[in-house]
Amino acid sequence: MAIDKLLKDEATEEKGERARMASFIGAMAIADLVKTTLGPKGMDKILQSTGRGHSVTVTNDGATILKSLHIDNPAAKVLVDISKVQDDEVGDGTTSVVVLAGELLREAEKLVNSKIHPMTIISGFRMAAECARNALLEKVVDNKMDAEKFKEDLMKIAMTTLSSKILSQDKEHFAKLAVDAVMRLKGSTNLESIQIIKKPGGSLKDSFLDEGFILDKKIGVGQPKRIEDAKILVANTAMDTDKVKIYGARVRVDSMAKVAEIETAEKEKMREKVQKIINHGINCFVNRQLIYNFPEELFADAGVLAIEHADFDGIERLALVTGGEIASTFDNPESVKLGYCKLIEEIMIGEDKLIHFSGVEMGKACTIVLRGASPHMLDEAERSLHDALCVLSQTVNDSRVLFGGGWPEMVMAKAVDELAKRTPGKRSHAIEAFSRALVAIPTTIADNAGLDSAELVAQLRAEHHKEESRAGIDVISGSVGDMGELGISEAFKVKQAVLLSATEAAEMILRVDEIITCAPRKREDRM
Amino acid sequence: MALAFDEFGRPFIILREQDQKTRLRGLDAQKSNIASGKAVARILRTSLGPKGMDKMLQSPDGDVTITNDGATILDLMDVDSQIAKLMVELSRSQDYEIGDGTTGVVVMAGSLLEQAEKLLERGIHPIRIAEGYEMASRIAFEHLEHIAHKFEFSATDVEPLVQTCMTTLSSKIVNRCKRSLAEIAVKAVLAVVDLERKDVNLDLIKVEGKVGGKLEDTELIYGIIVDKDMSHPQMPKQIEDAKIAILTCPFEPPKPKTKHKVDIDSVEKFQTLRQQEQMYFDDMVKKCKDVGATLVICQWGFDDEANHLLMNRNLPAVRWVGGVELELIAIATGGRIVPRFQELTTEKLGKAGLVREKAFGTTKDRMIYIEHCSNSRAVTIFIRGGNKMMIEETKRSIHDALCVARNLIRNNSIVYGGGSAEISCSIAVEAAADKYPGVEQYAIRAFADALDAIPMALAENSGLQPIETLSAVKSQQIKENNHCCGIDCNDVGTNDMLEQNVFETLIGKQQQILLATQVVKMILKIDDVISPSDY
Repeated sequence: MAIDKLLKDEATEEKGERARMASFIGAMAIADLVKTTLGPKGMDKILQSTGRGHSVTVTNDGATILKSLHIDNPAAKVLVDISKVQDDEVGDGTTSVVVLAGELLREAEKLVNSKIHPMTIISGFRMAAECARNALLEKVVDNKMDAEKFKEDLMKIAMTTLSSKILSQDKEHFAKLAVDAVMRLKGSTNLESIQIIKKPGGSLKDSFLDEGFILDKKIGVGQPKRIEDAKILVANTAMDTDKVKIYGARVRVDSMAKVAEIETAEKEKMREKVQKIINHGINCFVNRQLIYNFPEELFADAGVLAIEHADFDGIERLALVTGGEIASTFDNPESVKLGYCKLIEEIMIGEDKLIHFSGVEMGKACTIVLRGASPHMLDEAERSLHDALCVLSQTVNDSRVLFGGGWPEMVMAKAVDELAKRTPGKRSHAIEAFSRALVAIPTTIADNAGLDSAELVAQLRAEHHKEESRAGIDVISGSVGDMGELGISEAFKVKQAVLLSATEAAEMILRVDEIITCAPRKREDRM
Repeated sequence: MALAFDEFGRPFIILREQDQKTRLRGLDAQKSNIASGKAVARILRTSLGPKGMDKMLQSPDGDVTITNDGATILDLMDVDSQIAKLMVELSRSQDYEIGDGTTGVVVMAGSLLEQAEKLLERGIHPIRIAEGYEMASRIAFEHLEHIAHKFEFSATDVEPLVQTCMTTLSSKIVNRCKRSLAEIAVKAVLAVVDLERKDVNLDLIKVEGKVGGKLEDTELIYGIIVDKDMSHPQMPKQIEDAKIAILTCPFEPPKPKTKHKVDIDSVEKFQTLRQQEQMYFDDMVKKCKDVGATLVICQWGFDDEANHLLMNRNLPAVRWVGGVELELIAIATGGRIVPRFQELTTEKLGKAGLVREKAFGTTKDRMIYIEHCSNSRAVTIFIRGGNKMMIEETKRSIHDALCVARNLIRNNSIVYGGGSAEISCSIAVEAAADKYPGVEQYAIRAFADALDAIPMALAENSGLQPIETLSAVKSQQIKENNHCCGIDCNDVGTNDMLEQNVFETLIGKQQQILLATQVVKMILKIDDVISPSDY
C-alpha cells in the first residue's frame, strides 16, 4: 500500500537536523561571501547582471551585493532581507549585520551539535543581546549640546563610514561634503533634498558641494542664458496642446475652414495660457511636462526662461529650495507663491551644460556634484556617499556616538562574557557563544587587513579589561590603538540596529526545524 | 470490477478508461487516507507549545515565510493529497471560527486517525469507530464545560485577559515581548468591544506593519494609519482639529457612465467646453472648502490642476486611499463617506484631533496618522520589526491574540492550558468508556488515548520524557483530583497551570475536539478512492 504523496511533485521537504543544517550552511555561505568586504581594508566585488548588456557593478556595499544575488536557499534570503532593512533604516552597517548573524549561527551550530536545544540557545542569545545593548548604552557619548563637538563627531563618523569605501583616499574631502550637506537639512531625515549629480571626468577630488541647486537641463534656444533676481514659477501642467479633459469630447467638423478655425482657437488658448503664466511677473518658468515649440517661442519672446521636462524629484527640490509652490492653474496670479533666487546661469561641468540656481532663499537643499574617472567609480562613489549621508542624518536625530574599530564589539563581548559567568544552566553556553560571535567582527576586520588577527584580538581583549579603555584595531598601523585619539567613531543607532537585527535573524533561523519548498510555479515556456 | 452485466448478460463499463485511473478500495483506502492524515499532523506536531519550532516555507515564487501558526503552514504548503487538503480545511475552519489552536486541532485529528488505524486492524468496522468517537467527543465536550472556570474581568481589571493572550503568544517567535503585545491586543479589543452585545468587530482593528525599528516599538494607536502621503509635496504635514471630507469621487472631469459623445464643431463650443472644464475643478474644490473641510481624503486620483487648486486653497488632501481604510477612517472620525461633491455638508465631515505625516528610515516612506478621533472605536496596531518575515509573523500572532481576547469577551469561560484540559478529558472519557456496552467501548478508549497525544507532544517539544511526564501528571490529576495539572513546558518548577497562569478559552478547546472528531469521522467513512492517474 503506497502512501499518497502529500506534496506536489517537485516540492521538497527537509526535516529536523537536515533542515537546520541546510539553513545554517546557507546563512553562513552568505555571511562568508560578504565577510571580505568588511573594514577599511575590505575588498570589493564585481557583480555582473544577467540582464541585457551584462552591466557590471563594482561595489563594497553589503546591501548592494546581496540585493543582486539570486539565492535559492531560504535561510540565506532571511539574511538578504535583514541587510536590505538595515540599508533602509540606517543606511550603513549592511555588511556587519550579515556577518554578525552568520557568526551567531556558526556558534549556534556548534551548540546544536553538542546537543543543546535551539530554544535554550535562543533564550541565551536574547539575554546576551539585551546585556550587550545595555553595555553600549552605558558607554555612549552624546555631544548634542555642544555644537562644535557635535560637528566634530559627525565628521569622525563620516570618515569612519567612508574609510571602508572607494572614497577612502579622499575621505576627509567627502566627509566634509557629507557633513555640510546634512547640516543644511537641519534635523530632517529627508535625503531627497540632497541631490547627487554624477558627471564622468575629472578626479574624485574635483567633486564639490554646491549651495544652490543644479538642474541637469539645458536652456531653450534663444532664451536668456543668465538671469539675475529670478522669479521662478514651478509648474506641473501640460504645455503641448491643452487637451479637453471632459470624457468623450471629440472634434467633428464638416469643412476645412472649420478645422483651421479650431486650430486657431487652440493656438489662442495656448497663447492665453502662456500670457497668464507670464502675467505672474516671472522671468523663469520650469515645467515638469513637455513644452512644445510654440509656447517655448512665446516664452522666448517675452524674455522668460523656460525649462521643460524637469523630473519630478527635480521639481520638488526646486520648489523646496526656491520657496515656490508647484502650480497647475494660472488664473489667480496673486495667490501663487513664486520662487526666488539671485542668479540663474548656465554652467559647464565637464562637457555638459547644466542650469545653476544660486542665492536661493531656503538653504535646505543642496547639490553634490560627483566627478570621477568612470561610471562604475561614480556609481560606487554615490552609494558610499549615500551611506554616509544616511548615517549622518540619523545621527543628527539620535546624537549618541560610540568609538569604532571593533571597540563596541569588544565592550559588548566583555559585558556578555561576564553575564555568562553569572548565569546558571545551559544558557550560559549560548551566552558565551554570543560573545565569541561578537569578537569575530574585529577578527574579520584584522584578517581583511592582512594582520595577525589572533594576536591583535588577544591584545585588544587584554586592553579592554582595564577600566575605560578606548582600544580598538588601528588598521593603518596594524596595531591596537586608542580610538579616541584616532578619531574613529560610529553612530550608536547603527550599532544597535546591527545587534538587534542580527540576533533577531539568527533567532528566526534557529527556530526552524522544517523547510518545505513548494514546487516552482510553472512559467510559460518562452524558449 | 468496473465491469458489470445487464439483464441480458451483456457487459458494460461503469468506470471509463480504467487504465487512466487508480483506485483504492476497502481497508487499503482507509489506511492510505489515514497515512496521509497522519503525515500532515506529523509536520505540525513539532510546532506545538511554547517550545515548538517554526517551519520555513518557500512559496512557488520563491518568497520565504517563517511561521509557527498551524493554519498558515498548511495554507502555504500547497498539498496535493486530497485527505491532506481536508486537514488543511480543518485547520482553516478553526482559524476562522476561533483564530487560535490551529495546530492543536490538526495534531488531535492526526492522533485520532492513528488510534483508528489500530482499531481497524482489529477488524472493527469504521462506522462503529466513528460512532464511538462521536460519543466520546460528547463526553469530552461536557467534561470541559464541567471543569471550565468563569473568570471575571471588567474594563478596569484586564489582567486575566492579558494572561490568556500571553499564553497564546508564548508559542510564537514574538514571545520576547509577549507581555507588551498581549497588553496591546487586549487594549485594542477593549477599545472596539461592544460590552452590551458581548461582541467584537475585529474589522475595526487594523494591523499595519512597517519594516525597521524593533519589536518593542510596536504600538497601539487610537486612530488610523494610512500608508499614503499628502497628494502635493508642499501641503502641510500636520493638521490639528481636522475636519475631514471623505470622498469616493475623483477630482477629475466627470465621466458619465452612459455612452456619449461630445461633438465640437465650432470655435464657440470649444471655448465654452474649456471654460466649463475649469469651472468644474474650481467648483469641486470650492464645495469642499465651503463646508469647512480642512482635509480631504479621496478614494481616487486627482488631476494635476485639481491638485494645485487644493494646494492653492490650502486644503491638504490624500489620494488613492483604499476602500477598507476609507471605511475605517469614516468610522473613527464619525464622518460619512460622500459619493458626490453635491452631497457634501458640514455634518458629513469627520473630525480628528490630529492628523500628521511621519517619515521612516532613510527611504522616503511616509505614513499618515489620524489620531484623537471623535470616535475612538477604530484602532490600529502598528508593528515594527527587524525584517519582513518578522512583521508578517507578528501580524499573525497578534491576530491570534486578538481572537482569543474576543472569544473571552463573548464567552468568559476558560480551561487551563499546558495539556491539562486534554489530560482531564482523557481521564473522564476513559472512565466513561466502561459504561458503554458494545464495540464502541473500544473506540471511546481509543479516543481517550488520542487525547493524550497533545500533552505528549508538548512534553516532547519541551525536551521532557514524554511518557514519563504524561503518566506522572495523569496520576497527579487523579490523586489530587486537581484538573489544573499540566505539562511544565517552561521549566518553572510547578505543573499547576493555575499558578503558572496558563489559560485557554473554553470554546476554543471545545471547538478543537468537535472539529477534529468530525473530520476524522469523515475520513473513516471513505472506503473507495478513485483518482485519475498521472499522465
